[in-house]
Amino acid sequence: MTVGLEHYLILSAVLFSIGLYGVLAKRNAVVILMCIEIMLNAVNIALVAFSRYVVPTLLTGQVFAIFVIVVAAAEAAVGIAIIIAIYRNRESIDVDKFDLMKW
Amino acid sequence: MFDIVFWILAAVAVAAALAVVLLRGVFRAALCLVFLFFTIAGVYVTLHADFLAVVQVLVYVGAISILIIVGIMLTREVWRGNPSGKLRIPALVVGLLLLGTLVFAAVNTKWRISDTPPQEPTTAAIGASLFGEGGFILPVEIAAVLLLAAVLGAIVLIREK
Repeated sequence: MTVGLEHYLILSAVLFSIGLYGVLAKRNAVVILMCIEIMLNAVNIALVAFSRYVVPTLLTGQVFAIFVIVVAAAEAAVGIAIIIAIYRNRESIDVDKFDLMKW
Repeated sequence: MFDIVFWILAAVAVAAALAVVLLRGVFRAALCLVFLFFTIAGVYVTLHADFLAVVQVLVYVGAISILIIVGIMLTREVWRGNPSGKLRIPALVVGLLLLGTLVFAAVNTKWRISDTPPQEPTTAAIGASLFGEGGFILPVEIAAVLLLAAVLGAIVLIREK
């Protein structure tokens, strides 16, 4: 059975769902950030697979993936900074205790 | 040959992602995440995306994993472990529902697969489409501004008062 576009899409879907479960279920804010990175990587796999199998000569999907990586790097830097700032103020990064912005 | 490599990489990637979510120790979860980034670079190689594989190793394995590990060390929550919150069961249901929908859509759609062989060295072609005539030069400039803003924002957020 030769590997095709569907296999890469299913791998991407599995990784995305695992990341989504982690984002929703975990309490440690750094682990939530890690799960967001898993989701972004899953999206990148889907983009590169579409680029490889649908438009193999245009490489548009790979260019999109590069921009996703740029935004992911910026998001990780700002996210870690926010988590460390919250930890300084509240001595905790348990997201169940972060209800200070809830109406 | 790429088929066997893909199956091995896919199994290892899913196992590493599950380990990130399920392992008790936060630091071990972070190390599994680094391993997951490596396997995804391998997946890019099986997709003939050589430049992206190198970028993945440089940016994710080299930079983002270091950021995350520094974040774990600076917050000293390691001893509390990697617990799940109150939303564990709903999160599982939502994840499985999304997985089912995505797999159903991916399998049942007739994709228009192209027969042309993929470009082998992609670096020059990606550079041409990023910076060349009629390419993505405006998004590149915006990405530069975004990175500058992110660096300045991180410094402002993390500065001691």
